[in-house]
Amino acid sequence: MRAAGAVVLALIGLLSVHPASRLFAQDTTAGRKVYVKWCAGCHGDTGAGDGPAAHAMLPRPRDFTGAVFKIRSTASGQLPTDADLARAIDGGLPSTAMPEWKTRLTDRERRDAMAYIKTFSAFFADTSQRRTPLQFGTEPGGANTPDALRIGGLFYDSLACRKCHGDRGRGNGPSAPTLHDDAGLPIFAADLTQNWRFRGGGTTEDIFHRLRTGVDGTPMPSFSDLIDQKILTEQELWRLAQYVRGLSPARTPEVRDVIHAPQLAGPPPRTPDDSAWNRIEPYWFPLVGQVIRKPRWFTPAVSGVWVQAVHDGKTLALRVSWDDRSQSPDSAWLEFTGKVLDAVVSDDSTPLAPAPWPDQLAVQFPVTMPHGMERPYFLMGSATQPVYQWRWTSGSGAGAAAGLARGVERFDLLPAAPLEARAMYDQGAWHVVFNRSLATADTSNQFQFPTGNAIPVAFFVWDGSNGESGARMAVSTWYYLSLDTTTPPRVFVFPVLAMVVTLGLGWSVVRRAQRRAATG
Amino acid sequence: MRKLGMVGALAGGLFALGFAGRGEHAAQAGATITGTIKFTGTAPVMAKIDMSDEPVCKGKYTAPPTKEDVVVNPNGTLANVFVYVKSGLPATYKAAAAAAPVLLDQNACRYHPHVFGILVGQTMSIKNSDGIAHNIKAKGVKNRPFNISQPMAMTSPRTFTTPEVMVPLECNVHGWMKGWVGVLPHPFFAVSGADGSFKISGLPPGTYTIEAWHEKYGTQTATVTVAGTETKTAAFTFAAH
Repeated sequence: MRAAGAVVLALIGLLSVHPASRLFAQDTTAGRKVYVKWCAGCHGDTGAGDGPAAHAMLPRPRDFTGAVFKIRSTASGQLPTDADLARAIDGGLPSTAMPEWKTRLTDRERRDAMAYIKTFSAFFADTSQRRTPLQFGTEPGGANTPDALRIGGLFYDSLACRKCHGDRGRGNGPSAPTLHDDAGLPIFAADLTQNWRFRGGGTTEDIFHRLRTGVDGTPMPSFSDLIDQKILTEQELWRLAQYVRGLSPARTPEVRDVIHAPQLAGPPPRTPDDSAWNRIEPYWFPLVGQVIRKPRWFTPAVSGVWVQAVHDGKTLALRVSWDDRSQSPDSAWLEFTGKVLDAVVSDDSTPLAPAPWPDQLAVQFPVTMPHGMERPYFLMGSATQPVYQWRWTSGSGAGAAAGLARGVERFDLLPAAPLEARAMYDQGAWHVVFNRSLATADTSNQFQFPTGNAIPVAFFVWDGSNGESGARMAVSTWYYLSLDTTTPPRVFVFPVLAMVVTLGLGWSVVRRAQRRAATG
Repeated sequence: MRKLGMVGALAGGLFALGFAGRGEHAAQAGATITGTIKFTGTAPVMAKIDMSDEPVCKGKYTAPPTKEDVVVNPNGTLANVFVYVKSGLPATYKAAAAAAPVLLDQNACRYHPHVFGILVGQTMSIKNSDGIAHNIKAKGVKNRPFNISQPMAMTSPRTFTTPEVMVPLECNVHGWMKGWVGVLPHPFFAVSGADGSFKISGLPPGTYTIEAWHEKYGTQTATVTVAGTETKTAAFTFAAH
């Protein structure tokens, strides 16, 4: 009797569970195949975020075993919804190694992989775990009105955003050097002036969602308790989100190949804070880690430089600006430097001890104007084909020098070379201005700047506090600098004149036609 | 009593103990396990904490505050050791629901208490007495972790769903602020105080594995059998290393 009862119970159990479990099993089995092929290289076979490629990455690939996810629509501590996970898989996480998969895998493959990823943690199978999206409301209008920005700015200060993100949002707040994630790895406070790099997206809405949910696993907390306890209104938090959005450019900077240096009548600016720079167009150039030769560097701190150039026919002024959370060398960052070097396993067999490295910048030109498309090797030239560089260094040995680079290891100073440089560190950003005469006496070693030509130029930046020195640096590819010449007035006058004449003729024709129509 | 060199935070700490005590150890009949956490070797020197960026906190100290990883009492005992019944309770044992919340106070840019216990489901009242910005992050592994901002004087309630010894607590605005909470399904836990002693009372008769946990020196266990209303002692000694 007892045995029969058990059989009946088992049957009922099978009937009730089987369809669902079969579907589930099918998904995760297919998902496992997708995962092993596409995901395990970074996220690891067991989902612990420890795949073969993981050691070179900061931030590390997600560890799925803890089911802690940064980008969610749920309260801090809650699991993400399936839609949250799908968003990360489909769109990737900007400025990390996580690419978008929407165009690489089918809908089915992505859904199956997600089902498999959820098996790495028991939390997803725990039905008592809530996954409830927060009610976010809608953004109030008037985002860019002075009043809204003033209110947002007040909350930026009073909610202590500046503690980590800094007064101007460049991630250089007083607590920034001490930040670490849940795994104890060093982590940067987001640079709020580069919204295109935000992991969860850069719109005002995205920012508001992060304020409400927090970014779990990182130091970024949730501000929802303030709303729940009516200390803050939703509208006020939206104003903060709008303010933060306003710290970045209205549009993600486009990379343009040619820096146009206009010709000025007066002498070009010599200091980084000269107001003349406000009238000169800035050009954005992205930088990436130097991963071509050892020791490779996958985790550069500086993601790009803004470059402005201007000349007067005799002297070139070039200003390079970039965000850097630390004015290296800075002893407050030394522990952070050590953590970065510990976290990123070097392929240079010698283990690295942190040192108070300075920040550095190199601006590179060919030695002579190349013929056609042929340029020296972009990564600091070679033994046989050197490049002409300006190098600037922060700290006690601060200064700039011109020289010839013959590969990454070798830099030969040109002691008598004329070069002037002035630098300024302000609110988490460096501004370095170089001045050099277009022509110099030493024409064989120093580049002679022609006007009206596309001059190859490249940039290299080191953030000392991020452990960057030598080949551990951020690099750009070759771009171009054009020293434009003053346009003769007739170039402007003739088209205008032609336009006036055309309009006048057209108008008289129309008038005549109208008059004829009226009389006829 | 260890000289904390500060008045406000001390009062806060005492208040927190009193507040928590009501929930943790409802007086009841039963056996008691007590003891003292001994410490041998040279106590490590705790680094000073530079609170210059937070005058509100710095002003609450008369002597420079130090880290709290290892607090050795003047009588040579070790404070902040979490002692609890790891196993041995009868399968039928059910803890009474805790009435009062446990207070976790952020005062003078430190957690009060630094180490404490809480029941599953019991409310942890996270209070910001400093009035300056703290965030509180609970890095549970068996419990869901959370991270909430308290940019001003306010109190946020949170609970834990699963036993876990210990859940680390931290503030990322002030990197030195660290705390530990032990989450248990029963009230048989204690934390060694300023005299190094602990006392777990109200135990049903049985043979228990008692574990002593310290944030730097790890864990030790002892087996103790108690019956009726008797009191037995368990001895733990942590050595400097």
